Amino acid sequence: MPPLPAANRSPSPSQPSGKGEVSDLKAQLRQLAGSRAPGTDDSKRDLFKKVISYMTIGIDVSSVFGEMVMCSITSDIVLKKMCYLYVGNYAKVNPDLALLTINFLQKDCKDEDPMIRGLALRSLCSLRVPNLVEYLVGPLGLGLKDNNSYVRMVAAIGVLKLYHISAATCVDADFPAVLKHLMLHDPDSQVVTNCLSALQEIWGSEASTSEEASREREALLSKPVIYYFLNRIKEFNEWAQCLVLELVAKYVPSDNNEIFDIMNLLEDRLQHANGAVVLATIKVFMQLTLSMTEVHQQVYERIKAPLLTLVSSGGPEQSYAVLSHLHILVMRAPFIFASEYKHFYCQYNEPFYVKKLKLDMLTAVANESNTYDIVTELCEYAANVDVSIARESIRAVGKIALQQYDVNAIVDRLLQFLEMEKDYVTAEALVLVKDLLRKYPQWSQDCIAVVGNISTQNVQEPRAKAALIWMLGEYSEEMSDAPYILESLVENWEEEHAAEVRLHLLTATLKCFLKRPPETQKALGAALAAGLADFHQDVHDRALFYYRLLQYDVSMAAKVVNPPKQAVSVFADTQSSEVKDRIFDEFNSLSVVYQKPSYMFTDKEHRGPFELSDELGQLSIDVESSDSIVPVQGVEANDKDLLLSVADKEDIKGASDNGSAYSAPSYDSSPLLSVSQSELAITNSTIPVSTPQAGFAIDDLLGLGMSVISEPPPPSPLKLNAKAVLDPGTFQQKWRQLPIALSQEYTVSPQGTAALTAPQALLRHMQGHSVHCIASGGQSPNFKFFFFAQKEEEPSNFLVECIINTSTSKAQVKIRADDQSKSQAFADLFQSALSKFGMP
Amino acid sequence: MISQFFVLSQRGDSIVFRDYRGEVQKGSSEIFFRKVKFWNEDGEGEAPPVFNVDGVNYFHVKVVGLFFAATTRANVSPSLVLELLQRIARVTKDYLGVLNEDSLRKNFVLVYELLDEVIDFGYVQRTSTEVLKSYVFNEPVTAHVTRLQPLDPASIFTQGTKRMPGTAVTKSVVANEPGGQRREEIFVDIIEKINMTFSSSGYILTSEIDGTILMKSYLTGNPEIRLALNDDLNIGRGGRSIYDYNSSSGSGPVMLDDCNFHESVHLDSFDIDKTLSLVPPDGEFPVMNYRITQEFKPPFRISTLFEEAGALKAEVIIKIHAQFPSKTTANTVVVQIPLPKHTSRVNFELEPGVVGQTTDFKEASKKLEWNIKKVVGESELTLRAKLTFSQESHGNIARESGPVSMNFVIPMYNVSRLEVKYLQIAKKSQNYNPYRWVRYVTQANSYVARI
Repeated sequence: MPPLPAANRSPSPSQPSGKGEVSDLKAQLRQLAGSRAPGTDDSKRDLFKKVISYMTIGIDVSSVFGEMVMCSITSDIVLKKMCYLYVGNYAKVNPDLALLTINFLQKDCKDEDPMIRGLALRSLCSLRVPNLVEYLVGPLGLGLKDNNSYVRMVAAIGVLKLYHISAATCVDADFPAVLKHLMLHDPDSQVVTNCLSALQEIWGSEASTSEEASREREALLSKPVIYYFLNRIKEFNEWAQCLVLELVAKYVPSDNNEIFDIMNLLEDRLQHANGAVVLATIKVFMQLTLSMTEVHQQVYERIKAPLLTLVSSGGPEQSYAVLSHLHILVMRAPFIFASEYKHFYCQYNEPFYVKKLKLDMLTAVANESNTYDIVTELCEYAANVDVSIARESIRAVGKIALQQYDVNAIVDRLLQFLEMEKDYVTAEALVLVKDLLRKYPQWSQDCIAVVGNISTQNVQEPRAKAALIWMLGEYSEEMSDAPYILESLVENWEEEHAAEVRLHLLTATLKCFLKRPPETQKALGAALAAGLADFHQDVHDRALFYYRLLQYDVSMAAKVVNPPKQAVSVFADTQSSEVKDRIFDEFNSLSVVYQKPSYMFTDKEHRGPFELSDELGQLSIDVESSDSIVPVQGVEANDKDLLLSVADKEDIKGASDNGSAYSAPSYDSSPLLSVSQSELAITNSTIPVSTPQAGFAIDDLLGLGMSVISEPPPPSPLKLNAKAVLDPGTFQQKWRQLPIALSQEYTVSPQGTAALTAPQALLRHMQGHSVHCIASGGQSPNFKFFFFAQKEEEPSNFLVECIINTSTSKAQVKIRADDQSKSQAFADLFQSALSKFGMP
Repeated sequence: MISQFFVLSQRGDSIVFRDYRGEVQKGSSEIFFRKVKFWNEDGEGEAPPVFNVDGVNYFHVKVVGLFFAATTRANVSPSLVLELLQRIARVTKDYLGVLNEDSLRKNFVLVYELLDEVIDFGYVQRTSTEVLKSYVFNEPVTAHVTRLQPLDPASIFTQGTKRMPGTAVTKSVVANEPGGQRREEIFVDIIEKINMTFSSSGYILTSEIDGTILMKSYLTGNPEIRLALNDDLNIGRGGRSIYDYNSSSGSGPVMLDDCNFHESVHLDSFDIDKTLSLVPPDGEFPVMNYRITQEFKPPFRISTLFEEAGALKAEVIIKIHAQFPSKTTANTVVVQIPLPKHTSRVNFELEPGVVGQTTDFKEASKKLEWNIKKVVGESELTLRAKLTFSQESHGNIARESGPVSMNFVIPMYNVSRLEVKYLQIAKKSQNYNPYRWVRYVTQANSYVARI
């Protein structure tokens, strides 16, 4: 209701305080109530306006209720409308007064003028007073049969209002059935739309208790109903089209012809100026083609241009909504958008929230051909006056560095950041250099030279300080004054407020000690003493642990704290692929903007079309949390594979359709369920995976560095070195010398062939399995790769030539090996890795 | 489906508040305003148009400094709600003529009436100004057009060229003019916003035109209209022609990357003769939005030179060169450069004898600002600024400054050369000859030169 009578804001001094004016109004209204003199209506209008303006600014004018109603016995529609507004506002808080109006509204519901009938009916239904529902049924029944479409339109929504006041009254009066009839037969498109909206809500909430309602709800998605709506879609206004499209997105066509028919019919909706229509259409296209990888990819190509146009036309707000959706598509299929990277450049006047999305997209689409341009652009932003954007830009450069092979140029840029002498730039760059070294230890020389020049005084942010200290510990042999820097840091132990920094300081000092004992002994002693006295439990415990370890056996301590490190091949993704898929299922909803599935921000009853049963929601939350504990799970989630992962999920869904405890018979073909079923599929498939991981987590504790290997090794005794190195010369030489140990042909999964639009996609994937590429080339459909791998323990090499034809889905593989006896084991490994390509 | 709709002033007062479903608490507008106001405390700039507080989703669009906002608990399509809010603002403007706090307050009864017809129980019913006319009965109280807040780019015409009737864009679709007779007229505005980035060496890094053909019709009886565009118009980048390379010199076909259309537009003969036909509904609406990345001649070239003059001094020379024809004039040109953070003082030196130019150094943001009222085509302007630093800089001064950004409006000029060849109105009678205004304007959106 418009103004807030209950709002406890005091009127400002310039506004009337209320009481006197209200009683004045009351007297004047009373005078006019009986008058039939000409011009009365005009004076009434002025008075009514006054009443409503008081109401708007929060003055309680409920005392003139009687007079208002009396004055409204008139044919003047403007007066009536104002009166309805007034009544609607006060009825809920004054049910007794509301009773007064029933009579007058009921009478208006039978007025000659359809407009008045409609308005009265709308007001009647908006009273929201439970004990008056009995008066609604009659007028509503008549309204639904009215010969004027305006009245029917109001009545359809009126039924929904009644349902919210008293569901039983609504159902008992058999209104849903009447609505259904109207929905399928009314000539007026808005009446049809309102019936659909009302029925979706009513059946949606009845479905949990009534089997009939859930059958009806399911019937909305049946072929005849969907076709009925599709055939009429051009009659509907843009908002109603959105509603219909949302419905169609849940429809499961029986065959491909149907899919193409629907897409052809809706194709021109992509040229609509209203972004909501376009996004709803895209959702339909996406959902329909999930199981047809090639067409799905064509859909991506088709929607690029319309989306980009929407982003640049319209206001910044609409453009943000569209950009969020573009963002999720780019994240799923970066390679499709790689050539459009310039569209993701930031404009200087864009707000932070837009720039942030664009930086994400730039990071995602970076590939061999555009990285130089993108990184150059990002470096411009790093010099930006806007500190938050500068930080985000540097992080973006870092992310690109971590996902690329040719990092030469990027490392140089990062090192330049360190020399820019802006504290926040230095801070962000330090964190990145640390991550970079964890992945590419071979860059340590270049980086350490620059890092060594940074004065610790200039680094204040805990994250950056921790990174710097980590490097001091890790590379204390290369940095000549490492022990002394650490020593001075330990001296200032008291001033170091972040526990994170103190923890790093302890570890770094110990590492340094193990490499350069005489120089660090003093610092270590001081650090351990300070650590033992530290009030922070973790710091205290770590200090104690190191102390005991050293006491027990120094060489053991060296093995525990300072073992040779394996390079991290892929950093864990913060969001699991399940969560991403779920967000994608909820395309064209707030989930996309928030980058969270709806269960994370919405109460159960408001989840709308994506509603899940409680239990399932709960389960998936569990999945989430276990995910954050065991990051290994996310490692496999290579963005490039995600495009197809939903399709893959469909299959799982199909498989689990039978005998699933959750597939109530009334639900079978409903896409509503398909969401929850796929949900089920996800949870099922996740649980077994997480068990072996628990084991790994322990392994990792023991310092074996297992957690960095992205894929749990298959049950073969062969283990590969994740950071194997082989120079091309040696490769060629060996390739000539060694005999072919194995020559085989594999079938590549359809997901795999679809994901293989460029050689890079596979390279990244195989590297995750410790199979490295030395050369690659070709274009769709023929790709050729040379891979190599090394045994974990010894420098024994496997060389592979792999030719993949994506049109035939065949891979010709030739393997040569130093150790012939292991070639079969390796081939198995290779095949299993290859078969996982394109999988979620 | 939304739960509440409200309009807040810049200070957070609620001007209009409508609760459609009673699902969200009453204090939502206060919660909303507080959140928006203090958003930047996390260093994340302004609040995004959509956010969630305690399970309630808040949407807003900013129009003429007012917040048009909606709330809901449901997981709705953000695009739909934001489009809707924008549309409500536009429809309200169509009815009130002028949209601002004052006109809203004066006409709140009319606004409530509109809101009741636009949305019922949270569901959108209709937003077409035309259709709504038959349901809305209050007449607008015209607000004083003392200080015009520009709502849309077209409003610049009211200051720009004299032959444009100033009241047209601020005329309500329902109010009659004092003479009683409505003036039959139709406005077609081709508005192009330019995004352009020059590298430090003057190369064009990115360039894009975001264009809109905006129509506002005051024709009675809804005659059909035919709008003919350039014959050689091409859509989609697939068919790059050999003319492409010389297009920047001002010939060759106009190539749109992509475009979209208002739902009233019929494209039956578009492929053949590039003609759009439509029956324009009342009120203002975009007939077509388009996007061009084809090369075009930038209206302005900017060059900046930094010269160090001792440890604590430097000089900046900024030159802008107008590349559009001399009969055209750019208005309200603003050039801005962020300067190094240790800049303490700036002395400006304009060319001798110039008028209509002002310069300023914004101490707080360390920004140099150069305002130029008018720039005639094919001219060149120079500004020299002497900077004084409070402390010695270690790095490169040029590296710590910039980028140069520019704002301008060029009426009656469009960079893309997209044209309305003719605007044909189906005639009702022999002497029916409504006024037709076809106007062009080019604006800077993001016009940046790096240093």
